[in-house]
Order: sequence, then C-alpha cells, then structure tokens
Amino acid sequence: MQPFAFSRANDIQQAIQAGTHASTAQQGAQVRYVAGGTTLIDLMKLDVERPAQVVDINHLPLDRVENTADGRLKIGALVRNADLAVLPEVERNYAVLSQALLAGASGQLRNMATTGGNLLQRTRCVYFRDAASACNKREPGSGCPAIEGYNRNLAILGVSPHCIATNPSDMNVALTALEATIVIQGRKGERSVPIDEFFLLPGDTPQVETVMEPGDLITHVLLPRPQAGARSHYLKLRDRASYEFALVSAAAVATMQDGKIASARIAMGGIATRPWRSHEAERVLTGQAPSPALFEHAAQVLLANARPQSQNGFKLELARRCLVHALTQVTA
Amino acid sequence: MPEHPTDPPEPAFSRRNFLQMIGITGMASGFRWPSAHASAVHGEAHEKSPRHEDMRTHVTMVVNGRPRELTVDNRISLLDALRDELQLTGTKKGCDHGQCGACTVHVNGRRVNACLSLAVMHDGDEVTTIEGLGQPGALHPMQQAFVDHDGYQCGYCTPGQIMSAVAVLKEKWGDSDAALREAMSGNICRCGAYRNILAAIKQVRRG
Repeated sequence: MQPFAFSRANDIQQAIQAGTHASTAQQGAQVRYVAGGTTLIDLMKLDVERPAQVVDINHLPLDRVENTADGRLKIGALVRNADLAVLPEVERNYAVLSQALLAGASGQLRNMATTGGNLLQRTRCVYFRDAASACNKREPGSGCPAIEGYNRNLAILGVSPHCIATNPSDMNVALTALEATIVIQGRKGERSVPIDEFFLLPGDTPQVETVMEPGDLITHVLLPRPQAGARSHYLKLRDRASYEFALVSAAAVATMQDGKIASARIAMGGIATRPWRSHEAERVLTGQAPSPALFEHAAQVLLANARPQSQNGFKLELARRCLVHALTQVTA
Repeated sequence: MPEHPTDPPEPAFSRRNFLQMIGITGMASGFRWPSAHASAVHGEAHEKSPRHEDMRTHVTMVVNGRPRELTVDNRISLLDALRDELQLTGTKKGCDHGQCGACTVHVNGRRVNACLSLAVMHDGDEVTTIEGLGQPGALHPMQQAFVDHDGYQCGYCTPGQIMSAVAVLKEKWGDSDAALREAMSGNICRCGAYRNILAAIKQVRRG
C-alpha cells in the first residue's frame, strides 16, 4: 500500500475542502473519503487505489434516516447497509431495497458498508483488480484484456470496445428501480442527481464511472414517496447461495389495477456496466395483464442490444429467467 | 537529450507536488493536517517525497476493556494493529480482503472485518477480540459450545467464527437453521465444520 496522509473531517465543509485539492474524484483520485472502507481499503492494498490523502468521514452527521415533509425517505450517506436493510419503514415500503442489501456481501461487511460508499463500489473485474494487468479503467489506454480473456462475470449490456466491467452492487439495482435521487454537496453547493444520471456508461472513458467531481460528497439518498399498493422484489442469482456477487439480478416494482399492470419499474444487475434500467421493457408491461408471454417479451426487449462475450453468453438466458421470475413475484 | 530517456514524464499531479499543495492550502483553510504537511509548509519537505515515518497517527482505543494508546503507520489495518502492535494474535489473518471472515472482531459491539478497516479510523472506539470474550477457565458460552460440538478442525477460522456467532445472536435473524447459516455466511471454514458450528450456535441460543 502506498503511504498516505490521514485526517478526520469534523464537518461536511472540511471534507469538501479536502476533496477539492484533487484533480479528479474518479480513478486515480489523490484524495479519497473513507467511510466503511470495504471497497477503498481493499483496493488500496492492491495498489489499484493510491490516494495521497485519506479523509475519514465517519464522524459527519450523515447517519440518520428521516421522513421529509413531502413523504420521501431521506437516507444519510453514512447509514450502514445492515441498519438500512432492517429498518421497518424500508422493509414495509421499499422491500426491494431491504432484500437487495441483505443479498449483498456478509453480515460483517454490511455492518461496515455505507449507503454512499455502496453507490461508489468498484467493479470486481479481475483485470481491474490486478495492478500488473492492462485495464482501461485503471490505466486509460492500456487495453482491455477481459474482452479476449476471463469475462464470465462481466457485462453484456452497456459495454464498449474499451471496457466490459460490471457494476457489482446489489443496492444500486434496487435504488435504480425505486428511482432514487442522489444528493451531493460540492464546491458549488448542493445538487440532486437522479440515479439514472449518476452512473455513466464506459464509452471511451471507462475510468469515469459517475458524475462525482473533486470535492463532491454524497450526503443523502432520497427515495420517492412509496406508491400505494406497490409490490417489489429483488432476485439475485449467483454461483453460491450467499456471500457472492451477482451473475444476474433483477429488481422489480409494480402496481396493479383491475388485473392489469398499472406501472412497472425494472432494473437489472450483474449484466451491465451500470445498474440497468429498461424503460422500453417497462412500456411493454404497462397496461397489460400479467402473463408468462408478456414477461418473456419484456425480457426480450430488455436484452435486445446485449453483446455477450466469449464466456458470458449464459447470462442472456439467466437474465431472461431472472426477470420473468421477478415480474411473476410482483404481479401475482 | 533528456538525462533519463526512459523516465516517464512527471504527471501534472505528482504525489510530491500534490502533497505540498494540500499541505499549504490545508493549513491555510484551518484544516488539521498530519506532520508531513506541516513540515511542507515550513519548507523542509519540498524536495523530498513524504517519508513513511511522517505518515503516522496517534490513536487511543479501548481494547478488551483496557485503554490502549498507539502511534501507527496510517496504512496499518485494525487487524495488523491488534496482532502486531498489541500482540493479540487470537484474531487471524486469512484472505486480508474481506472475503473469509477470519479477522472478525467487534467494534462498538458490532462484528466487522478488521482487515478492511484502518487502525487510525478507530480513535475512541471499543474493540473486542476473541481474547476479550473469554479466557481458559472462564470461557464465553460460545467458546464452550464450539468445544462441546467440535466446531472446528484446524481451528484457524474459529476465532472469527465465534466472534461472528456471538454478534449474530444479537442481530435480527430468524430462528431457522437456514437463517443462521445465512447470518454466518461471512465466515468461511475450509475444513467444512459448518454443521458443528451451527450446532454450537444453536446450543448458546437455547441458553
């Protein structure tokens, strides 16, 4: 691990001030905030992250979950994954989020990992994690050995000729289906970013993964007011039953009216370079009576532009079955 | 011709000039920086990369009920601080990347992976290790249950298993075997003693 200076931020402005000294908040950032540390410390040990300054933000007042006056749920960036998952309000109104959180990592890691940190979780691509390998995300321009190499766990949607790394988070998939908003404080004050706009496609700059800029600090995640009668479900498929990243996952939120799907929101994980929302597939479902054929059609639309690699073609079939199963759950 | 033609060009943000910059502006903004930056401000470190010995921080933790003061390299994990600085070698290093659970300890009453946490993040925290849970002659009921049920073979994962199991019984999990197995999935046992580990935990849960 590279040596670094360490400080504890006592208030949000201090943290932002420290962050503004970096030239990027993306790969290669010279200043990193540490909360749970479960991604950052891991990657620092691998020399994938080499910050000169680490700022401990664990003592900032961002560890509460509150209801806003207009009925939304405001989740502090430092709320631990374990605590958020078992919050009665989350279990009741946003079950998909609770299920996704509990499907991720382990009890110990969920006690450490935070809401803000999980949003910024990095890919598990083995070439990204191996500092001796080429990787366009870690060393822009060095190439992507995954495309011709070990890509079983990598993406089939949102890929580019430069990167096929998967976003590994479960929480992000649920937050995408729930249409969460990310609240960020930075140099120019506070701004709110819909989660659909927070994550960027790799394109020809895979080292840039989010809209985060130097000095930006995620302070909260806002969930919309719960939809009356909505049902939601998270289904995660993986190589072992627990403590493993998704091969494929699906988050579905739906409301029914008179036996028809009044609204549906779906997002998939494990198959794409960012949490994958499909408005096209949602349009297929809206206003229709639920049926296996309808769900198959939605899956076909969602996967229409999939680009399987040499080892991950199985994800096409697995994703189809995963989505059909999740949709069956929320419309039964 | 450059003196060292094979040297890579100095990036706009090199580690050296970056540390100098944040040292200076950090002080100007009233932010408290470690000693390496303070010396940069006084002009002593301008031509040198930061020395490892400058990247140290003083930490006070209560470990197994006893206040402990340490000055550690910022890079030291909580796991290495416990083992190498405080000689509490009951906590084991398995994967060192949060993938096995051998390093599980309690911080402020919650189970965590000590390998993925920096010691310097724990100033003021209460840490409990397997040594603090019980000792020969006065074993914690969970330690005794692992003995009773042979909840190990080689024993390397056992401290982590026991620390995790104690915490699991205070967490919100169902009563089923499946729920307990899921709760314990962050602790890998390569000998495969899972069945006996489960029996040990159920004995303690029954009381």
